[in-house]
Amino acid sequence: MTAPLSLNHLEAAGFKSLTTLTPDEFYTSAPERLTAGGRAVSYFGLPEEGGTRLILILAFDYERRLEALSTVLNDSFRSLTPDFPQLHLFEREIAEQCDLKAEGHPWLKPVRYQLKSGLPVPPGITEFFKVRGRETHEVAVGPVHAGVIEPGHFRFQCHGELVFHLEIALGYQHRGIESRLIGGPGKLTSHYMETLAGDTTIGHASAYCRAVEALCCARVPPRAEVLRAIMLELERMANHTGDLGALAGDVAYLPTASFCGRLRGDILNMSALICGNRFGRNMVIPGGTAFDLSPALIKELKLRLDAAFRDVRDAADLLWSTSSVMARFEGTGIVSKGTAMALGLVGPAARASGVRHDVRHNFPVGIYNSKAVLSEGAPESGDVYARAYTRWLEIKRSYELVSGLLYSLPAGPIFAVPGPMKAESFVVSLEEGWRGEICHTAVTDNAGKFRHYKIKDPSFNNWQGLAMALRDGQISDFPLCNKSFNLSYCGHDL
Amino acid sequence: MTRPLIQYFLALVLAPLLPGIINRVKAFFGGRRGVPILQLYFDLYKLVHKTPVYSRTTTWLFRAGPVIGLAAMLCVLALLPFGGRPSFLSFEGDLILLVYLLGVARLATVLAALDTGSSFEGMGASREVQFAVFAEPAFFLALAALARGGGGLSLSGIFSNLTPAAWLTASPVLTLVTASLFIVFLAENSRVPVDDPNTHLELTMIHEVMVLDHSGPDLAFIFYGAALKLWALGSLIACVILPRHYGSWLVDSGAFILAMFFIAAAVGVVESVMGRLRLLKVPYLLMTALTFSILALIFQAGR
Repeated sequence: MTAPLSLNHLEAAGFKSLTTLTPDEFYTSAPERLTAGGRAVSYFGLPEEGGTRLILILAFDYERRLEALSTVLNDSFRSLTPDFPQLHLFEREIAEQCDLKAEGHPWLKPVRYQLKSGLPVPPGITEFFKVRGRETHEVAVGPVHAGVIEPGHFRFQCHGELVFHLEIALGYQHRGIESRLIGGPGKLTSHYMETLAGDTTIGHASAYCRAVEALCCARVPPRAEVLRAIMLELERMANHTGDLGALAGDVAYLPTASFCGRLRGDILNMSALICGNRFGRNMVIPGGTAFDLSPALIKELKLRLDAAFRDVRDAADLLWSTSSVMARFEGTGIVSKGTAMALGLVGPAARASGVRHDVRHNFPVGIYNSKAVLSEGAPESGDVYARAYTRWLEIKRSYELVSGLLYSLPAGPIFAVPGPMKAESFVVSLEEGWRGEICHTAVTDNAGKFRHYKIKDPSFNNWQGLAMALRDGQISDFPLCNKSFNLSYCGHDL
Repeated sequence: MTRPLIQYFLALVLAPLLPGIINRVKAFFGGRRGVPILQLYFDLYKLVHKTPVYSRTTTWLFRAGPVIGLAAMLCVLALLPFGGRPSFLSFEGDLILLVYLLGVARLATVLAALDTGSSFEGMGASREVQFAVFAEPAFFLALAALARGGGGLSLSGIFSNLTPAAWLTASPVLTLVTASLFIVFLAENSRVPVDDPNTHLELTMIHEVMVLDHSGPDLAFIFYGAALKLWALGSLIACVILPRHYGSWLVDSGAFILAMFFIAAAVGVVESVMGRLRLLKVPYLLMTALTFSILALIFQAGR
């Protein structure tokens, strides 16, 4: 039997080197590799002459390597979800995007805006899991919500205040970005990447740029590496700070809610100071970065960073020292370590359940090769408290990283022109965005253009975690649990 | 007869100030300037000029809810003493009528909420009624403890009888009653830590979610009714902590109004320094209030 292809992160491999397993070999090999500790980072279908090529990319976090398995098939594929729940949404996506039947899939439903025999089926038009009984009731929330937030539909099956089951239907924000990328990169490609999920601009832009750079065999200048890390960590700080404020707001704890709302803005303004945009748009480009830091700007940034961090620390300390807040956070929305691993959760949500994965730690690039990112003594209780406290620890670590980096910027250029992309190649690019692992997989055609571009936002993994956090919980705790995950709708819907 | 009527109209006019004061105190703690203190007056003015929108699934119950609710509150206020001075409508046993009027207002709101057929409003109604099971006896027994101190079953009688000297002789009873009334006051007026009046999250709301479907003048009635309820329950606390001084009517009334503003400010402080309770824990808080009331009654009976 042919072995799966062993890959290195950010190493362009010839597409031909991807061994094609027979479907039977694939169905034996994939479970075996998953059982051996592989975590699915991407699983997608690629239209090919004579069928659809399924590509499953597995990460072996502790061995710091990737594996790719591939097979070609027609009409249908066998679902591995019953044994490996982490593949659940990936398989639904393949069934939807490639028009394949997923045989044996326990819950085959649309993921996004579906095309059924050429006709679009709007999102949310689907069967929902139902609980029957005289005392049960159903609560439907969304897609239009009371706050200014993105659209999503939540269907609760309840017994009084107790939630038996929550089902989440998304897809309302589907824009067809992946199909727009085919034949690229073009003028709009960077723009698409930066707006995949607006709050993860730097994360997605970096993942994209690294994929392109790997395909071009370009080396990013050291100064640009540091600048990218500064931007990525500022993005993390800003969003985590905003989340702490939102969590406080949800339990009606005024002080932290008010402070963090302002502080998030202060940190975003630092990004604006660097590149002119609060979300860091146009900062990261293939080959390096578009903006540099002058010594005066570094000084200004350092002052602002210290001031903002001091205030965030005070605001966060208020949370941990207020018993009424802690009483709400602790024990609410528990996701066990087992569940987190089975569902393949990523990012702070996974780390709060004790799954210590971090792309910056497991697949380090640039400055992360020499910096520790995981915090010691992090809570692993998997509740709202753990997710909130994990965020605070990450804010602290990001602050230390940015402070250190601002004064250790290597001299030199910030941009090196990348060459043309290799033809008939593919590359897997991972990045730890503030929500968790971002995975971009690029495949080039014989002209060195994108033949296929697969994007996986961390929200894609984590929405299922939110549904599980609510199981046997109180329906009134849903908004709090939702904030503790703070997942992206547009990042999921693409 | 004129003075009790002036008192009544003063209460009607000043009640919408209380939410404004609460909001300003909260804004102060949050480092914001906050909405104008008269915002509720502006909102009421705006709402009565709007055309209400009714869902096709609702019946007359839905339209009657806000009207009955407001009418009940207007009656409640007519029963209440003002700064220890009797009201124009006081009679022996008005204490019991007061409790039932609050019950009628609740029933009207709950029925109107259920009439919409919305799952959110159904959940809100269920929570409202569930918590009332604990809040109503706490409230009733607190009043009973006061009534036991003399003055009969009339609110005006009770508070005319309550003098600063009572704080010297029966301070444990009065302290327990004040604490119990304050908890009931927070719960009944859907304030933190029981409910969050500022949230937009339907799934966590109690009172706010029951009035989601109301609009225009109906909503104005509800807002005004809520302000009156805040005033009504607050005035009982004010009468206990600041018993009648037998000074001039003007001084007593002025002191009473200041005490009302103080209570509103205290609510603002409570809302600024603590988070909301988990819904499961709210009954425990209300049971605490109930226990305070029972203890107060036992102490009072033993005096």
